[in-house]
Amino acid sequence: MRETDIAVVGAGPAGLMAAAYAAEMGAQVLLIERSQALGGQLVKQTHKFFGSRQEYAGERGFEIARKLMDRIENQPNITIWKNATTLGYYPDGVMTVKKDEKFHTLKPRKIIMATGASEKTLAFPNNDLPGIYGAGAVQTLMNVYGVMPAKRVLMVGAGNIGVIVAYQLLQAGVEVAAIIEAAPKIGGYWVHASKIQRCGVPILTGHTIKQAHGTDRLEGVTVCRLDEKWAMIPGTDAYFEVDGLCLAVGLSPLTELLWQAGCKMEFVAELGGYVPWRNADLLTTHNNIYVAGDVAGVEEASAAMVEGKLAGLAAAFSLNYQTEKFAAEYHEAKNQLNALRAGPVSAKVCSGLCKVMLGEAI
Amino acid sequence: MRIASHPILNFPQQETVEFTYNGEALSGMSGEPIAAALHAAGIRTLRHSSRYHRPRGLFCAIGNCSSCLMTVDGVPNVRVCVEPLRAGMKVETQEGKGTLV
Repeated sequence: MRETDIAVVGAGPAGLMAAAYAAEMGAQVLLIERSQALGGQLVKQTHKFFGSRQEYAGERGFEIARKLMDRIENQPNITIWKNATTLGYYPDGVMTVKKDEKFHTLKPRKIIMATGASEKTLAFPNNDLPGIYGAGAVQTLMNVYGVMPAKRVLMVGAGNIGVIVAYQLLQAGVEVAAIIEAAPKIGGYWVHASKIQRCGVPILTGHTIKQAHGTDRLEGVTVCRLDEKWAMIPGTDAYFEVDGLCLAVGLSPLTELLWQAGCKMEFVAELGGYVPWRNADLLTTHNNIYVAGDVAGVEEASAAMVEGKLAGLAAAFSLNYQTEKFAAEYHEAKNQLNALRAGPVSAKVCSGLCKVMLGEAI
Repeated sequence: MRIASHPILNFPQQETVEFTYNGEALSGMSGEPIAAALHAAGIRTLRHSSRYHRPRGLFCAIGNCSSCLMTVDGVPNVRVCVEPLRAGMKVETQEGKGTLV
């Protein structure tokens, strides 16, 4: 059985940063990624990030991914396992992994779970027709592989992902019929929402999907208006002839391994679903398991990266690794998180985090 | 359909490989997910559900949701959103749960 100081599960923005910082502290890190490439969902983000320089603001997601990969690929303390799915974690501290169709067991001293999140869907008649995608799938097809998901798309959700992906659809040459949003106002940043409206794409707030139409594939969608109690208003139906429907209705944390490990979990709507209790260092109620990124609560990639940095530093420190830079980097990470979450847009996330916070650590 | 030009991204030309979809000869880029090659060829129905035989397509594209399971080289339940395309693959629409040998 293989042993390592720290196993990092997931090589998205949180996992890459966690691996980098833990390894720079001197810990031996095994980075486990289920797909064939590193970078997680960063590789399909073509928009420029917000935040400060420390979080790579002004750079595009796929460029940030490349920088993070460069940082870890030549780091001798990191072993990278791609095509490797973590299957389970057991009470005796053994983790099981399927890599390249082979079964492996390993015993890490600490684990950083950075498994991310998965796309939510909506309940409406015919919501399983081919042509109805999660927003992430649309991004993967067009921004990673250069394939158009459809010719004409209706976007559902005017949060950040909805308005950003709608603009990316236009960049790919796909027509966007409209963006519909159930809430009475647009949730995404105005800079993105304004840009898409300037391109002639209407954002219809207070609207929802009534049903999708089609037999073998999506042919159209009926939408209708909602009243102030979120009930459908009769007689307000509108039909959109589209061959694509893109759902940008939020993400839900991928917490299976945390449940299996027995971490104390809590349903927090503001964070996307069930999330683990954690202290200020991102240590869960399981003494060996840290979390970072969307699995700890759905937020932006910038926050995921800083959480990865913090969890990586804290996990390595707990194993008595030490560097001169540690104290400075540790406090810097906490300050970065506070700064990222200071704005009004983050109020929801902050109110969610309060519900699962165990207190200060180190 | 493939994106002809893009303001930010460029998609380097990969090696073109031949494969079959329900016996029909198609081509795609080596190493791209099978689902991307099928979409580029205009094929979006990937399987039929087991109970009501409803058509299903791509949904999450990260190997998580199981909407895209197909039979590839006789093996059922392959997640074509993450399975790389290789020359000569035999890709088939999956009916229901598929059968293991």
